[in-house]
This record gives sequence, structure tokens and C-alpha cells, in this order.
Amino acid sequence: MIKLKKKVPLIDQHDKNGFWGGKFGGNFIPETLKKPIDDLTENFEKLRNDKNFLKKRDYYFQNYVGSPTRFIKLDNLSDYINGAQIWAKVVSDANGGAHKIYNAVVHALICKSMGKKYIVGDTGAGYAGKMLSMAAKKFGLKCKIFMGAKDIKRQKPNCDAMKKNGAQIIPVYTGSQTLVDAVSECMRYWVSNCDTTHMCVGSTVGPNIFVKICGWSTSQISRELKSQIIEEFGLIPKKLKLYNCVGGGSSSYGFWSHFMDLNKKQVEFIGVEAGGPKKSKKHAAPLTYGSRIGVLHGAMQYVNQDKIGQIEETESISAGLDYPGVSPLHCFLKDTKRARYTAASDEDALKAYQIVTKYESLQPSLEPSHAFHVAISESRKLSKDTIVVVNSCGDAYKDSAILKKKLGKKYVKSN
Amino acid sequence: MLNPISLAFKNVKKQNRPALLTYTVAGDSSKKKSLDILKSISNYADICELGFPHNTPIADGGQIQTSSFRAIKNGIKMNDVFKIVRDFKKYKFHKPLILMGYYNMIYQFGENNFIKKCESSGVDGLIIVDLPYPENKKFSKKCKKKNISFIQLISPTTSFKRAKKIIKDSHNMIYYISMLSTTGQRLKVSPRKIIENYNKIKNINPKKNCVIGFGITEKTIGKLKKADGLVVGSAICKKITESIKKRQNTVTNVSHMVRNLKNKIL
Repeated sequence: MIKLKKKVPLIDQHDKNGFWGGKFGGNFIPETLKKPIDDLTENFEKLRNDKNFLKKRDYYFQNYVGSPTRFIKLDNLSDYINGAQIWAKVVSDANGGAHKIYNAVVHALICKSMGKKYIVGDTGAGYAGKMLSMAAKKFGLKCKIFMGAKDIKRQKPNCDAMKKNGAQIIPVYTGSQTLVDAVSECMRYWVSNCDTTHMCVGSTVGPNIFVKICGWSTSQISRELKSQIIEEFGLIPKKLKLYNCVGGGSSSYGFWSHFMDLNKKQVEFIGVEAGGPKKSKKHAAPLTYGSRIGVLHGAMQYVNQDKIGQIEETESISAGLDYPGVSPLHCFLKDTKRARYTAASDEDALKAYQIVTKYESLQPSLEPSHAFHVAISESRKLSKDTIVVVNSCGDAYKDSAILKKKLGKKYVKSN
Repeated sequence: MLNPISLAFKNVKKQNRPALLTYTVAGDSSKKKSLDILKSISNYADICELGFPHNTPIADGGQIQTSSFRAIKNGIKMNDVFKIVRDFKKYKFHKPLILMGYYNMIYQFGENNFIKKCESSGVDGLIIVDLPYPENKKFSKKCKKKNISFIQLISPTTSFKRAKKIIKDSHNMIYYISMLSTTGQRLKVSPRKIIENYNKIKNINPKKNCVIGFGITEKTIGKLKKADGLVVGSAICKKITESIKKRQNTVTNVSHMVRNLKNKIL
């Protein structure tokens, strides 16, 4: 049985080959990337122990990202549910409107400190791309964003933002034209340009070091949340449940990491994957629907694939969750049973979005709407002293076109 | 008995020329066609590489991706790949054949199962793009036991120290990647520089056969003759794509091209 260690951040609980629990993660990469990845690993380990670097990170998190983001009680929604108390960590308050800014800022800082002038990244919902373009602009780096052609169409507002920030968007036409293809194309670009260019992987996926950097960056969310909870309740409540959507898994890892050592009976983690349209067999929920272990983008993980190992196409209304694999960290959390994973369908997410926006002045994007669905339906059966917190990790502005099409004009507010 | 790969290198050395290695994708443009192509180019190629296609290839450029997607669309499975190898080997037993692909396909097939199948169908060597050293140590040992060469890759980013370790653990063939690139991009480094880098690798252990690949076409192959072997892949895949577009015979077109390539290194 594989086990979690206490007092060691989960991102550091891998073996010398980069595997969590001896089987998830690793570095399945072409030889050309070995050196750039080794260099990055060495640099990151140095930087994360460097007081000046940490000061810089904290400075930009506070003055540029806008930390801490709000931790608020959703009173009306709680009254309506009449079960557990529902709270939200409004990570979409962060500059740019989602948690992707943490990883983007850290990567830009690393890129600068390594003396590279070019930065490239992948994006699905467009948030990782938007934030990377923002950070690149802020720190004077030239930026290219790889994005599936299908996603470019459905997430236009974020594409506009990227262009405004001076980034070049490279449309990817291969395969399903979504995030999985964008990550592949971005990695291919890095293979060809790794001498001058830094690569930012947009989630806790990819070769070991990218999982670590992203997890280290988004951990800011639970660092804030932990102190906000203690400030609010005086201590960590006896029954705390943390709901988060899981695509690649960067926001959920960040939302949970500082609570990792607490007993799961006290602090339960619930990860909500994208179940896809109700009528479709396709989904983006490898943990929930028991996908087999395989290699995707350089890491061993649970991944949607056919019998012979071809990666399967996914389907989800939310571009940010539309990914066939999932972070090795979450595979590890699933196998150690520290977190519980379930899925919400496209329809569930839309319904949850309607409920939340009806009762609260909060506009969760389609990704966290998946988490809200499960949080709402489970909260009905929970006691009043249970504290449910949902990470509202993205703002719905980017989804305006989809929401308008699916729900009608009245659900679309301007940002 | 010498492994057919070693034998091929020995023979070309006698002729004072590099070995010509070709890469085509199993199942491109169909299962049968890919076997026909393999058979016909084997008249000119010294070693044939056969790709088992994966739909998330992180080191391949557009040409090989196109070929791979075409083959996958045609429904190619791992067992079909082995059947093509077996049929090819029936036709030309002594022509060395190397399988090339991504690790997930092997992992899903089961490492031991895969090697067993390689052995029984007549595979002489393996190139696994995303299983680098030292992670590949265990797997390469398993291959060696069955007299299958595990071919290590070395790239321009590989440090000298690392290259020495890799070569020490390598079997009879090493693959030097000409430049920082996915497969099939234009040569962005001068052939002279490539040979210079190649020599550094070659000199670590002159006994090991070292081939150069990535970006080699009819135009550039003649300038790299000093290597032990030269791999042409994307250019061939491109020829297949063009032939399909023009509704021409893929087998004849590709085999003409490979003959031309061969003439340039004689």
C-alpha cells in the first residue's frame, strides 16, 4: 500500500526517479529535454530556498496578484440548501480572474532568473495563457501561447486578453484541437527551442518538475485559506469539506495542500472531474471512471486511453477541465484515499451555475461550477456545523458565449 | 552470430560509406501498403526503422504526425505492427529491422510481452523516444537478454559526462540527434557543425556504431557522409503524403526516393 508522508509537502514526496507512490509521475521525455529539465530542477530547488526569491514571490503575490483572495460565506445559498454552511474561497478575485496567475508569475520569475527571454505555455480555457501573457508583459518576456483551435473558438475573451498583452497565440489543429494537443505542441516547440526558451506547463501535469513548480505556486491558495479559516473560526473546524474541480489538478492541489496532514475525517478533500455531456460516453474524468494508468505528456498517470494506449478524446463543456489525464499528485491522493473523486456532467455544472448566480453575487466559471454542483447536492444531507468550502477558482466572464447559448442572455453579466 | 544491425554496419564500412536507415510508419498509408513500402525500400536501405504510431507524440514534427494519424485512422494495432514485421522478415530475413515509438504503447502491451513479441517476429532493435537514460536501464537489459539492441539517443543538449555514461551502457548502435528539433524540421545547424558534434560523441567509443538523424533530406544527406549511418524519416513520410495527394503510387515514389538517397552516399 502506498502511503502519504506527514510534514513533507506532497510535491516533494516522490522518489529519485520522480515517481509519487513509486508509480505516478516520472520523466518520460525525449533525450533533448533531459538537460533543460535538469537545469530547471536545479534552479527551482535553489530558488525555493532563496530568501530573496521568496520575498519577490510574496511581493508579487500581494501587490500584483492581489493576495489574499476573499473567503466568504454564501449565506443565501446556505439558507436555500438548509444543510451544511457553504463558503467560497474566491480565487477568481486574483488578478486576471483565476488561480493560473500564481503559476504564471512563478514561471516568469524563474524564467527571468535563468536569463531566458522567451516563455511559452499551453492553455485550455485560456486562463493559463492569459495569465502567462500578463506575467510575461509584466516581466518583459516574449510570450507564445499554444491553444487548441476548438478552444480558441469557445474561449474568445481570454484570447483577446492574450493578444492585448502582446502574446502570440499559436492555434493547434492536430487531434481533438483542445488542451491535450496544445500541451503536446507546446512541448514539441520546447524540444526545438529549449536553449533560449522557458516552458511553463499550465497545470500540475507534465514531467516531474512542472508538477512541482505548479503545485508549489498554487499552494498559496490553501496558505491563505488556512489562516482565513483560523481567523474566522478560531481553529480548524471539526468537519471541514473542501470541494474543488479537477482537470489537470492545479487549483485543487493548491486548495488542499496546507491541509494535507490533517485527518481526512476532519478535513475531507472532494475533487470533481468533468463528466462531459450526460448523453455522451466521452468524459474528462479519468479518476472517477477508472481509467488505466499510462503515460501522457511525460508523466505516468490515470489517463483516458484505448486498449493499445492511444490517448482518447475527451468532451466537456469546460475547456479548462477538458483533459484526458490528471496530475500524478491526484493519482497519488486517490490511491492513498486521502481525497475522494467524483464527476459532474455538463448539465450539472450549468445547473449549479444558475443556482449560485441566483442566490449570490458570485460568477463561478464552468470549471468551479462542476465543484459547486457536488458541493450543493452533498450539503443538503450534511449537518449545520459542517463547513463546506468551494474553490471558486475562475470567473465566468470567459464563458459568456457558452452561457448565452445554453442558458439565454439573462445569465450573462458583463465583467 | 553477429546481430544483423552490427553486420549491416560492418558491411557498409567495407564499402566505405555510411549506412542508410529509413523510417516509415506501420500502417501508413494502409497495413498492406506499409509492408509493400518496407519491402521495396529495403532494396536500398541498409537498416529499416518501422514506427508504431502514437497519437500524442511529443517529439515528432508535422510529417511523421501526419503519417501516424493516417495509420491510426486505418486502425493499426500493435499486433498488426508485429505482423508487418513478421511478413517483412519472411521476405528478407537478414535485413535489420528496428521498431520505434513511444513508451505508453509498450507499457499497455506489457514490457515482457512486448519483448517476447519482438523476439518472435524478428525485431532486431528498439528506439523508445520517451524512455531516456537512466530510466531505460532495466528495459534495455531485458532487450539485451533477447539479443534485441536497445538504441540510446544522444542530443546536442546531452552533456559530455552524460554522453559517456549513456554510451557505456549502450548496445551496438547509438542515435545522435542532429539538432534541437522535433523530427523533420529544416536543418538549422550546418552539416559541418553536426559532424563536428558527432565526432565528439563518436570518439567516446569509436567501436560503437553511431547514426545521425533528424532533418536529413535528399539535399543534406550527401554532406553528412562521415557518419556511420544516416536516418531519413520525415522526408519519406512527406513523400507518402504527397503521393497520396497526387494519386500516385506511394510504393514506387518512395522507393525512387530511397534509391536517390542511397546514390548520394555511395
